[in-house]
Amino acid sequence: MAITMPLSSIIHKQPQKQRDKWPSNDFQEELVIRPLHSGDIYASFQFRTLWETDFMRGNKVSHYRLFPKSLGQVISKFSVRELHISFTQGYWRTMQWGQPFLPSPPGAELWVWFQDSVTDVDGTWKELTNVLSGIFCASLNFIDSTNTVQPSASFKPLGIGNVTDHSFLRYATLPREIVCTENLTPWKKLLPCGSKAGLAVLLKSEKLFHSSFHSQAVHIRPVCQDWQCKTTSWELRQTLNVVFDLHTPGQGKREWSLFKMFSRTLTEACPLASSSKIYIDITDNPQGEQFEVSPATPLLSQAMVLGDRRTFSVYDLTQQITFGTVRSLNLLIRWKSSEDMLRPLLHGERYVAGYGLQTGEIHTLMYNNHPYRSFPVLLLDSVPWYLRLYIHTLTVASKGKDNKPSYIHYQPSKDRVRPHLLEMLVQLPPNSVTEVTVQFERALLKWTEYTPDPNHGFYVGSSVISSLVPSIVAMDTNSTREQPLFSSFFPCKEESSYFVRVYTEPLLVNLPTPDFSMPYNVICLTCTVVAVGYGSLYNLLTRSFQIDEPSPGLAKRIANIIRKMRGVPPL
Amino acid sequence: MGLLSDPNRRRALISLLTRLNAPICVVCYMAGVAWFMGLAFEPFTLRTYMSENAMGSTMVEERFPAGERALATGREFSAHKKKVGGMPVDWLVKTMQARGLEVFTQRFSRTLPFPDENKERYLVKGTNVYGILRAPRAPRTEALVLSAPCTPGDNNNQAVGLLLGLAQYFRNQVYWAKDIIFLVNEHDLIGMQAWLEGYHHTNTTGMDWSPLQGRGGSIQAALSLELSSDVITSLDLVLEGLNGQLPNLDLANLFYAFCQKIGVLCTIQGKLQRNDWDSVSGYSHSVQTMMLMVMKQASGRPWGDHGLFLRYHIEAATIKGINSFRQYKSDTTTIGRLLEGMYRKLNNLLERLHQSYFFYLMPSLSHFVSIGYYMPAFGLLAVILLTLIKSAPSQMSSPGVLSVLTPLVISHLTGVEVAVEHFPVSETEAVVLTAIAIYTAGLALPHNTHRLLSGEGTEQGWKVLKLVAVLYLAVLLGCTALINFSLGFILALTLVPVAAFVTPHVPKILSAFILVILSPACTLLFSVFFFQELQEMPVSFIDGWMLFLSVISQGILDHSLYGSLVYPLIALLVYPCWLLFWNILFWK
Repeated sequence: MAITMPLSSIIHKQPQKQRDKWPSNDFQEELVIRPLHSGDIYASFQFRTLWETDFMRGNKVSHYRLFPKSLGQVISKFSVRELHISFTQGYWRTMQWGQPFLPSPPGAELWVWFQDSVTDVDGTWKELTNVLSGIFCASLNFIDSTNTVQPSASFKPLGIGNVTDHSFLRYATLPREIVCTENLTPWKKLLPCGSKAGLAVLLKSEKLFHSSFHSQAVHIRPVCQDWQCKTTSWELRQTLNVVFDLHTPGQGKREWSLFKMFSRTLTEACPLASSSKIYIDITDNPQGEQFEVSPATPLLSQAMVLGDRRTFSVYDLTQQITFGTVRSLNLLIRWKSSEDMLRPLLHGERYVAGYGLQTGEIHTLMYNNHPYRSFPVLLLDSVPWYLRLYIHTLTVASKGKDNKPSYIHYQPSKDRVRPHLLEMLVQLPPNSVTEVTVQFERALLKWTEYTPDPNHGFYVGSSVISSLVPSIVAMDTNSTREQPLFSSFFPCKEESSYFVRVYTEPLLVNLPTPDFSMPYNVICLTCTVVAVGYGSLYNLLTRSFQIDEPSPGLAKRIANIIRKMRGVPPL
Repeated sequence: MGLLSDPNRRRALISLLTRLNAPICVVCYMAGVAWFMGLAFEPFTLRTYMSENAMGSTMVEERFPAGERALATGREFSAHKKKVGGMPVDWLVKTMQARGLEVFTQRFSRTLPFPDENKERYLVKGTNVYGILRAPRAPRTEALVLSAPCTPGDNNNQAVGLLLGLAQYFRNQVYWAKDIIFLVNEHDLIGMQAWLEGYHHTNTTGMDWSPLQGRGGSIQAALSLELSSDVITSLDLVLEGLNGQLPNLDLANLFYAFCQKIGVLCTIQGKLQRNDWDSVSGYSHSVQTMMLMVMKQASGRPWGDHGLFLRYHIEAATIKGINSFRQYKSDTTTIGRLLEGMYRKLNNLLERLHQSYFFYLMPSLSHFVSIGYYMPAFGLLAVILLTLIKSAPSQMSSPGVLSVLTPLVISHLTGVEVAVEHFPVSETEAVVLTAIAIYTAGLALPHNTHRLLSGEGTEQGWKVLKLVAVLYLAVLLGCTALINFSLGFILALTLVPVAAFVTPHVPKILSAFILVILSPACTLLFSVFFFQELQEMPVSFIDGWMLFLSVISQGILDHSLYGSLVYPLIALLVYPCWLLFWNILFWK
């Protein structure tokens, strides 16, 4: 099940050029801009490099053209089948922004499928994380056995190949990872044009990190070269999602332009790119009363995105005419916004309940806002060992009733070795909130195991909710739009449901923490002294002393026995 | 050590202790009281200082400009409040949404065990409205809270106005690293309790509330704002929370630092700071300030909406705007700037506030007494109990468990009677009077005990009973003082003399009178008068008595509404302990 994305599924009105005969090297870039319901603006960059080669065979690949060499070497050295890595700063607000094109949890997330030829998966994983840590300037080297899990169902391969043995899968998150310029620069260097030309010109860190949400990712997977899948090629997809906050109080009207957002305008496409396009989502604007786009474009495109039929204006950067007479493109949008919250069909939330530093309870809420359809979701929870889950307290309830999961995969933690892994398949009833609760005990760490800032708390990574959600189009029964009757009775298969992955918030949990300060040492010392002093004093006070004659010597005792026999008083 | 391991010297030491028992007790008592009074003397105290580096060294610039607009919002709020006749929920939701917050509401209801006459409420139903300002690029793990209670009448409209004004200003700033929750709670503490229980999904007091929809992760700090006039002369900081818990001292330091920086008069316990510590009036001023804090802390009740946060390990304080007749006035913009500064510094926090003290007394806002300094005062009183135990005859024949156990059990049963909240009556006065009646009935206990006992009490009997009672008192006071120093100290002041002098051989009438005077209920009565005296609002005896009755009913309400532990502590442990001494006095 692939995530539906405009790039892969757009049905262009113009004939697609050479769809069945891709060159062995191909690079495409695109930018999707969507004015969000809340008034913010969402920009999603995708850069795709395709390369028809085989890293796995004996012959060493040494000639690289568009594909970055650093990643190619990683793939061949570590026998990687699929690699997905994301760095995210901020939390995607589903209630305001709807679903993102590519979801990712706050912090860093890495999941890798290895080839089945790998014998020592854990060792390879360890090495791979260290290498990636160097490539992306991130603290991925902190991934070790205590935060790595092997999900059994939630993360299936997205490329070709039908692997089900999840012993070749490794998944880890670092919710504390902070993403900044130092991660963006190496990411940009993987692009064939760098940030010199094409859409990547817009990626200026001072603007990208002045936003509400920032997420960058790299996905590598094998894909089919043609429809018969005779040959495969490697796909490298680099994505960058950013949400800009355009809040100005008291104004319904918003205004936005490329220059305002990125402090740059576009002048050319990347010369190496076979396609370079900008899509603007104008679905909510059928009559043009909600917003206006300038310069206008005659090109329109329709696509199914996340179960919804969307319409896009398309700007083709490879055409000179797009840039007009001033030889630069500065898109401008004006639109109205509303402050209401959305009701996305699937939505998740998580928090820690209770007080005190001994126990607590993790609550995970899953909302199904579909009015009449229930659907199953896969919930994945990976909890560090220092929160000791009481798995017997696990309850799943929707609408006040017990909701028995049809599949539970639980792997208990081992102290200092591996985390808890909990995977469940739960059916969400229509229009309901399903609450998963589990109690935990907070462990007392060894004093060297505390972080330098122990009173900040310890992070628990996001839980992952994966699901096939019934699509909005299938919900549309009163069919307002014009379409032939014969096409609209049975919901079309690929349109009836779509794949969504929702990440909940990470948790910050306080553990019982000793006071690592000078008074703490003083208290420890004083307590020791008091304990020693008290012990001996107490001993003296409670013991009753009696004057005891020393026991007589052997000679004396014998003498006494003799005297006793003689009837004389003893000595 | 050698002194104690030698039986002869040991005996001599014990006889010396027994002989000098009375003078030692008197000296210790005097020294304890003197030490405590010395705590308010400025040269003996420490100056406050900011311990948290994340808040200390960073500079922030306050630019909040919109005080006038905040006041206008406050007036609008008051108009809507009048129109609706309560919390204008819809208006608040719309206004917060217009300011770019994520807005949620929470409904709650609570039936009090009996009508609260001070606030005239019995069946409480209300709605809390809160808006969350999401920090950009933050993963929803940390939050700060700013709350303002929506009180009936004309009070506190300015606080809500300022809260909304700050929300609007904060929304446009880029530097937030933690989510900020703006909360308007109805029915002050009950609403706050409902919100906190909803946020942490606990239910300690049996309240009904609807679950919260939006959260911001773990709350790091909270401020509650009370403001009832357009201009104020000073800001008062309230720290005492539920069960005598206090927020980290750094929160008080932060407030003091910003008051100094911005130039707002600041007070604690409503008392300004004075510089003439060497004069008698200056000293008595700081004694008053400290005694007020001790009395408030000992009461164990939350003295502002912040008091309930402390249970959840959230550092919180209430800031009250006071408008008196002084010349020097500050406007709302200034208070807004002060709050802005405080929130920006709290926003800089990397860890929870933990660097500074959690146990302290404040004789003024710039000076504090830490636990290491005030504990000896209690320790000196506790020494008296220890000498009493030590000087008890070491070889006692066992007088039979029954004769000791019976008074112990009966006293506690009486205590349970007092503490049981399911009174058959529902009127406040009836509840209080029932409690007092059971309390007084307990005084007839010695006769009942003896009727139950088979024979006459022996000389050994009362000695063992006294030993048990003194041990009991020592453990009880020790534990209380560790948790709530003020309460422990006040109880020690009255109960330790009782423990020291009671035997069946002292003159009955006089001792009985003294014992009643030093009983927990009379201590409470005196504390009420003393508290009024300290607040410079002396009351007549009748008013004082009425206050006393309302304090008891408040104590019971605090226990059932917020889980305050003072009332059950007194009823279940302190009062039975005192009854044991009463029993000894009437030992036959």
